[in-house]
Amino acid sequence: MPLIMIIYYVICVYLIALLLWNFIKEKKSVNDMLLYLLVLIPLILRVLRVK
Amino acid sequence: MPRIQLIKILLLAVVVAAMINGGMELYKHRHYQLPIVAGPGVTKVSKLSEYCEGIKGTMADTNVFFLEGREPGGKMLIMANTHSNEPAALLATLIFMENAVVEKGTLILIPMFNHSGSRNTRPGDGYPLYFEIPTDWGSKKFRMGNRDASWLDQWPDPDVYVHYPDRQLLSFIDTRNTNRTWPGRPGGPLMERVTYAAMQIIREEKVDIVIDVHGAETMFPVTNCIVAPEKSMRIATMTTLTVKAREKFDNHVEPSPSGFRGLSHREIGDFSDAMPFLLEAPIPFLDQPTGPKTVELLLDGKDPFLLSLSKKGLLFVPYDETGWPIEKRVGQHCSVIQELMRQFTRKFPEKTIAVQNVPKYADVVKNGVGYYYHNPDETDKKSVYFN
Repeated sequence: MPLIMIIYYVICVYLIALLLWNFIKEKKSVNDMLLYLLVLIPLILRVLRVK
Repeated sequence: MPRIQLIKILLLAVVVAAMINGGMELYKHRHYQLPIVAGPGVTKVSKLSEYCEGIKGTMADTNVFFLEGREPGGKMLIMANTHSNEPAALLATLIFMENAVVEKGTLILIPMFNHSGSRNTRPGDGYPLYFEIPTDWGSKKFRMGNRDASWLDQWPDPDVYVHYPDRQLLSFIDTRNTNRTWPGRPGGPLMERVTYAAMQIIREEKVDIVIDVHGAETMFPVTNCIVAPEKSMRIATMTTLTVKAREKFDNHVEPSPSGFRGLSHREIGDFSDAMPFLLEAPIPFLDQPTGPKTVELLLDGKDPFLLSLSKKGLLFVPYDETGWPIEKRVGQHCSVIQELMRQFTRKFPEKTIAVQNVPKYADVVKNGVGYYYHNPDETDKKSVYFN
């Protein structure tokens, strides 16, 4: 796997961590919670090399 | 438990369920193995990576089948699934592989040239993941792929694709399109390595004719045709005239543009001694103004919106209530390929390519495509390959 692909996956993992952290920290807005989770889907699928 | 925690757990459960459901479908599609039966004519099976080390162990590697005749002669390479969302190419090539017996010369077949693309899909366009062809022994299930290789296998896309070696600027997405990356290079992006490997086959095996089999929209002028560069023009013209006269279907010739780089019908001719031809059969499924992209539309080519456009004279092929069934498209490819062989042999008798037992247009239309496929479960396992 080329280095740039590895960097890309590292960035994906970092974004997943940020989104999960925001999801956990969110206390009021259900819309924001749902938004964080939906944005997570393609990132997780990419890290798992599904899509 | 606080109310907000309960909401979070519920949301998480719903999203995870949706992700698993959708993700599993895509995972299964990417890893579905299509059984391919090597017919009596297949004498050797190789891998594309044997011609370019750089694709070994990647999703781009694919099977290369050799059908060597009893007597020497010319050599023809047939490639399908350069664009994996144009399945008539694959279906026609598999008819050759499962049935052809080569008397003179050699046939080299690459049924899934863009192997990564065949494991990709286009969910934004609502592509089906699979389609099935009915046969006498059940149905044969195929992956429906995409035009381009998967991002999982070649990433990132550049802002602009700079073609090698001409440095022409092309769309960024074409860096994953194996009909824009010819002639390729061994150290380039993965799809350039794929086309380089094919160029190595052509050069090392001294291939005389290369046929890249495709499908094109009915609203696109370059459809139902043979695209040929200057060196292939005479044989292409004779072929279209002959199939029209003998087999009663239309097929015209389009000249390969010399200023548009990266295309198989241009670069193969310029970078090797081989004569390239690109075959296009109409595929209504790919047209933009159609109804839902269903398996039915893919296989029968019937669409009320295209019918309406046809009546307004906006299509480049004849179109009526019968649509463009897959049998017609596959049959056309079978006949045009055999006629190209015949015309090449007439011009270069010392390089004869003689192939038996492959159906023509009328046979495929009458019997259906699946009639020519063999049951992999009832075939000697040594003759079954997975792609």
